[in-house]
Amino acid sequence: MIALDNKKSQATAANSLRAGPDEKGHFGLYGGRYVAETLMPLILSVEEEWHKARDDQAFWDEFHALAKDYIGRPSPLYFAKATTEHYAKGDKGAKIYFKRDELNHTGAHKINHCLGQILVARRMGKTRIIAETGAGQHGVATATVCALFDMPCTVFMGAEDVERQSPNVFRMKLLGAEVVPVTSGSGTLKDAMNEALRHWVANVDDTYYLIGTVAGPHPYPEMVRDFQSVIGEETKQQMLEKEGRLPDTLVACIGGGSNAMGLFHPFLDDPTVNMIGVEAGGFGVDTDKHAASLTGGSAGILHGMRSYFLQNDDGQITEAHSISAGLDYPGIGPEHAYLHDIERVQYVSVTDDEALDAFKMLSKLEGIIPALEPSHAFAHVMKIASELPKEHIIVMNLCGRGDKDIFTVAEKLGMEI
Amino acid sequence: MSRIEKTFSALKAANKKGLVTFVTAGDPSIEVSLDVLKNLPASGADFIEIGMPFTDPMADGPAIQASSLRALENGMNMKRTFQIVTDFRAHNDNTPIILMGYFNPIYAYGCEDFITDAKKAGADGLIIVDLPPEEDEELRVPVQEAGLDLIRLITPTTIGTRLQTVIKNASGFLYYVSITGVTGTKSANIEEVGAHIQEIKKHTDIPVAVGFGIKTPEDAQNMSQIADAVVVGSAIVDNMHQNQNNENLTRLISNQVSALKKAV
Repeated sequence: MIALDNKKSQATAANSLRAGPDEKGHFGLYGGRYVAETLMPLILSVEEEWHKARDDQAFWDEFHALAKDYIGRPSPLYFAKATTEHYAKGDKGAKIYFKRDELNHTGAHKINHCLGQILVARRMGKTRIIAETGAGQHGVATATVCALFDMPCTVFMGAEDVERQSPNVFRMKLLGAEVVPVTSGSGTLKDAMNEALRHWVANVDDTYYLIGTVAGPHPYPEMVRDFQSVIGEETKQQMLEKEGRLPDTLVACIGGGSNAMGLFHPFLDDPTVNMIGVEAGGFGVDTDKHAASLTGGSAGILHGMRSYFLQNDDGQITEAHSISAGLDYPGIGPEHAYLHDIERVQYVSVTDDEALDAFKMLSKLEGIIPALEPSHAFAHVMKIASELPKEHIIVMNLCGRGDKDIFTVAEKLGMEI
Repeated sequence: MSRIEKTFSALKAANKKGLVTFVTAGDPSIEVSLDVLKNLPASGADFIEIGMPFTDPMADGPAIQASSLRALENGMNMKRTFQIVTDFRAHNDNTPIILMGYFNPIYAYGCEDFITDAKKAGADGLIIVDLPPEEDEELRVPVQEAGLDLIRLITPTTIGTRLQTVIKNASGFLYYVSITGVTGTKSANIEEVGAHIQEIKKHTDIPVAVGFGIKTPEDAQNMSQIADAVVVGSAIVDNMHQNQNNENLTRLISNQVSALKKAV
């Protein structure tokens, strides 16, 4: 098992980009705790308990033991030879690696922070778990750890997502969770999050809200990031073992931004490592049907945080669109907003069609059916790989597998299953 | 003396409790909501809360959520909300108006511009549900400079040292959220609320209004025993929605408000 830098002692140097957030939970202008007063004391106690856990080696020992034997970590860092060769042109063509988080138990990276958070919830003495979910990956991962620890679990899911992600709804129910379809608003991930917050306000005594990405009020963006950083820490060590040096470019898809933050964060203080976050461009960021909060949104306040959101001039939140339910969120984690503004990470977008092409391409090239979310990341790799020198190393986070998406893809391709 | 202070002193002098009524700006239409608002003071409302609609009202229950979305569909925005306040003020210069909503539409408008325009229109206070004391400085400072009140929320979970955090910098009145929940849902435990308000009163002289879950004259009567004012929101919003096509809507709401006022 890979030894990880859990206590963050190396990360808190004065000029470190890894030192955030400040004590009020701000990453520069972003983050914070914009919640109703009812939740404030609870948010403060989550922070207190999380910080105690973070400084407790016994907590991390339990986390890593389960990460190894239950999740299957470390996930492999795979040299994608066929892909590398396919995109090589003359003396150009980057060397492409995939971080295989789609091989985790439950099929995506979400299980990493679910495991961490349920351990925090148990330390707090909470007896039931609620969560929101978009694609259903976070819902399945939450239901999984709830089954593992025998805790009742309620998952709020947009009614539209219940429809388009029915296999995951079935999985959650098998795992013993109650799935509540949310019809308020637009019936997607943002509304599921509103409803989970409303439910939490009404059940503060016994309930822990297990947020599914690096978003929400402080300390969630920090806490989820620190659990997901296992991805980047492993990648760093595996890359040093395989190549004897750090990678040149990291690529990850972004909805709320948890898998990207997990991959990027351990590398933020390594100036030679270039990072690219790929947002969901839907029908194109120049249309009104996309989910690219940084590329096509503006600063605002929602779901307990200041960050970038899709909104109109009156500050009303607009609906996101993506072929991928997991990226279909009109906001983004506040640390990404900060890294965007200081230009440490480059944020781009790819369209539904490009992601679909990437989905098919990766399936054929490597025999790996990716989820539609990392298909966005791969679509960007397809765009840049041929232009880069042969010694340039790209690591793409293959953060989820595509089994859940075959129905959506078949429908898009006009095929019947 | 501000309108809010004047109203509370007059109530106190008469040994009476206040009634705060909530209406969403622009629901069922801009004209009808203005008409209802204009008639509230004569029906017995001592204070008026005007809801500034938002797409994602995370502290509100189904009634006010739906009301906000209807108002937005009617083309409601901040400028039109201010116009409603201006039109109301042309008829009434005494009843305090408190604008209630979420921070994002204000942030998009610009905090300073928002305060300037809110004051110009004739608003007296603000309740911003998702702006706890830890984050409210960027709005509180211009609010205080303009002489308006940023009304703080206290909930059943606001206990111990946190009570001091909330009371510090509070002005106008304190809004006691009587339940752990969203608007218009469960009912409060009156003994617990009463005990908590007594505790609050040990630390401050600012009046306390109680809201969330107060629907009937009976609820209002019970709560008025232990607070300086009671807030009724979802029940009025619901009544307006049920009767949106009734040509006597304004009178129906007046009757509802009169019955509530008699009870407090």
